[in-house]
Amino acid sequence: MIFRLGPPLLLAVLLFPILAGLTATVLPAFGYWPALGGTTFTLDPWRALLALPSLPRSIGVSVFVGFITTLVSLGAVMLLMAAFMGTRVFGLIRRLLSPLLSVPYVAVAFGLAFVIAPSGLIFRLLSAWAPGLERPPDLLIINDPFGLSLAGGLVLKEIPFLFLVALAALPEVDAVRAFGSARTLGYRRVAAFAKVVMPRLYPQLRLPVLAVLAYSLSVVDAALVLGPNTPPTLAVAVLRLAEDPDLELHFEASAAAILQLAVVLWAIGVWLVLERLADLIWGRWIVGGGRFFFEAAARVVAPLLAVAIAALVALALISLMVWSVAATWRFPAISPQAFTLDTWRHELSVAWPIILRTLLLGAAVAAFAVIITILCLENETRRGVPPASVFNVIYIPLLVPQIAFLAGAASLLIALDLDGNSFGIGLVHLVFVLPYVFMSLSAPWRAHDPRFRVTALLLGASPWRALWAVRLPMLTRAILIAGALGFAISVSQYLATLLVGAGRFETVTTEAVSLAAGADRRVIGVFALLQAMLPFLGFAMALILPALLFRHRRGLRET
Amino acid sequence: MTATPTFPDLKPMPGLPMPGLPMPGLPMSGLVLDGLTLSLAGRAILRLSLRVEPGEIVSVMGPSGSGKSSMLAAICGTLDPAFQMAGEIRLDGRRIDVEPPELRRTGILFQDDLLFPHLSVGGNLAFGLAATVRGRKARRSCVEEALSAADLEGFADRDPATLSGGQRARVSLLRVLLSHPRAVLLDEPFSKLDMALRSRFRAFVFHELRSRALPALLATHDHEDAKAAGGKVIELESPGAI
Repeated sequence: MIFRLGPPLLLAVLLFPILAGLTATVLPAFGYWPALGGTTFTLDPWRALLALPSLPRSIGVSVFVGFITTLVSLGAVMLLMAAFMGTRVFGLIRRLLSPLLSVPYVAVAFGLAFVIAPSGLIFRLLSAWAPGLERPPDLLIINDPFGLSLAGGLVLKEIPFLFLVALAALPEVDAVRAFGSARTLGYRRVAAFAKVVMPRLYPQLRLPVLAVLAYSLSVVDAALVLGPNTPPTLAVAVLRLAEDPDLELHFEASAAAILQLAVVLWAIGVWLVLERLADLIWGRWIVGGGRFFFEAAARVVAPLLAVAIAALVALALISLMVWSVAATWRFPAISPQAFTLDTWRHELSVAWPIILRTLLLGAAVAAFAVIITILCLENETRRGVPPASVFNVIYIPLLVPQIAFLAGAASLLIALDLDGNSFGIGLVHLVFVLPYVFMSLSAPWRAHDPRFRVTALLLGASPWRALWAVRLPMLTRAILIAGALGFAISVSQYLATLLVGAGRFETVTTEAVSLAAGADRRVIGVFALLQAMLPFLGFAMALILPALLFRHRRGLRET
Repeated sequence: MTATPTFPDLKPMPGLPMPGLPMPGLPMSGLVLDGLTLSLAGRAILRLSLRVEPGEIVSVMGPSGSGKSSMLAAICGTLDPAFQMAGEIRLDGRRIDVEPPELRRTGILFQDDLLFPHLSVGGNLAFGLAATVRGRKARRSCVEEALSAADLEGFADRDPATLSGGQRARVSLLRVLLSHPRAVLLDEPFSKLDMALRSRFRAFVFHELRSRALPALLATHDHEDAKAAGGKVIELESPGAI
């Protein structure tokens, strides 16, 4: 009975804030927001927006970053799969890449900045060989005007994401057997993969790929750290307008947010057209009979790629760690001249309420998301129906740019006097956490042998007991992992907390990003590491708890 | 008839006959399928009328897709909603096709033992034990008695994953029997066992069913199983040939 509430609750949580937020952004975009004196529809905000000289470049950079990130990530993932599918290294790569998913974007961005910046690790290493490099070179690497370092930072996170999604999709398209058959017909690895596996695999990846495109086009926090500054990406420009103390600019900000949405939709449209084109060209190439496709290059590039990604992220995290305990670390030294724990001590003593708040909020949001997901999935189980297509709605929060509806949602909450408090913020976090929790838990849930439930029922257990005493305990690990993922997503939320919290609700992430403007890398190191460690704690719990609870139950350790 | 079951006396459940007492011959006893018809998308895939006496083991044979598993699912109440069911199913005179699965008092044995991995052997066995058996000691002794009767003395606290295939199969049967079903369905429960284990376990299952005078329905495609069952043999046609 209560389980029938599941799907409507899911829809409400996911769609209502987005629709309400979008409405609250569209209206001021056309001049209507009574609270600020806008009582008639007008195109003035658009005129003001389009008059901004930096706008075309902002849009250009955003689009460039979006497409480059998506293309490179997708290409890299395909290459890795082609080169290593079916080999022992495949499992190694998966284990290497999985943890990267839980490191928040901002931590990765900061760490990467510390590595590739002119005064970063790479140049310090170079200075050992290149004489005359006494000072950091005057190169605009971080915050470069083309957004390349931003794209680089995003790629580091998107490759593991797409890789793991593709991995999950492989069994569904019977990839391994098709791949094997192609190879027995004489096709080399890359060609076999590209001609036989990819056409089947790609449709399963389409939504995640579009999510990557939408995200990299409209990301704010990573862009604040790594992206260009003058002009900034479109999303950052929107944020600046939204944050401007001059309330008149609110209308322009709303127009800019709608423009961001329009750009994302346009980009998705362009991508889908490109898909069609690729389909045509690919189709002819597939039956052309060629059995090679840059095979040698792939054999060399793929392993390098895998190593490079892992190495970069490792280096990034190490840089964060070293900086956080450094006292002085002048260029071009490879390691700090002096170490100290003072930064940690000071920041922790000041920031522990923030850490606690982030933790509690994340745990609460994750718990709610897990409960709603279980309601939906158990409802599906009880009705005995196959997965409803209504659940595709979980992709919507991943495709709509956050900035497009969060500004509106924030205004709405202000109007309702709910701004700045944890309930409103938690609700908005839930919008982004629920899709991931659902995606993570639904697969193991649906794959669970239904005969266990049948057995329990026929032994006389009520459906409630079959859930509590059989299915949930057997799925403990999957539930905890989904919860840990939800926790990680909540911890890494930036825009949601910033806008809906009206700047008054500080989490580890908002603090970390606001430090990007400052120059003290030691403090940045501490906060970025904190931001990275919290999700890690969540996942550690998700792995340790079941191992403890079920230490005498071998049957549950092999999931 | 063989010896009475070795389980402690239970109070009869309200409205239902005393567990374990054989009542052969009465028109109301046993499992009755009365014009059971299963259709998928308007097309009938199974039509069957059948009577299983207490203590009788009826074998239902047929190729894959002939509807054996769907028939069993219809009887125990877990039929996929995509199917339409017509006809009646009666157990000891009571109509069960309108009841939810947990109230039908049918037990099932699958190909796999499906022991709950998060419970001990004793926990698995106690899962189906009626709530009328109160108190840890009483429940524990039920479980222990069942285990000793099956030559598995002292296994109550073991992790099911540490048992051999044969032991797990026996525990699985004990689990069903401890829930005091009024009929037992067997969905090819012997097909995953190796040859030596197969005939021994089969004999054990049939002995236990017969000694409790339970009507049983066995879905199988092994003629040896049907022969050992000794009851009626129903051959289902291939799909589409009703």
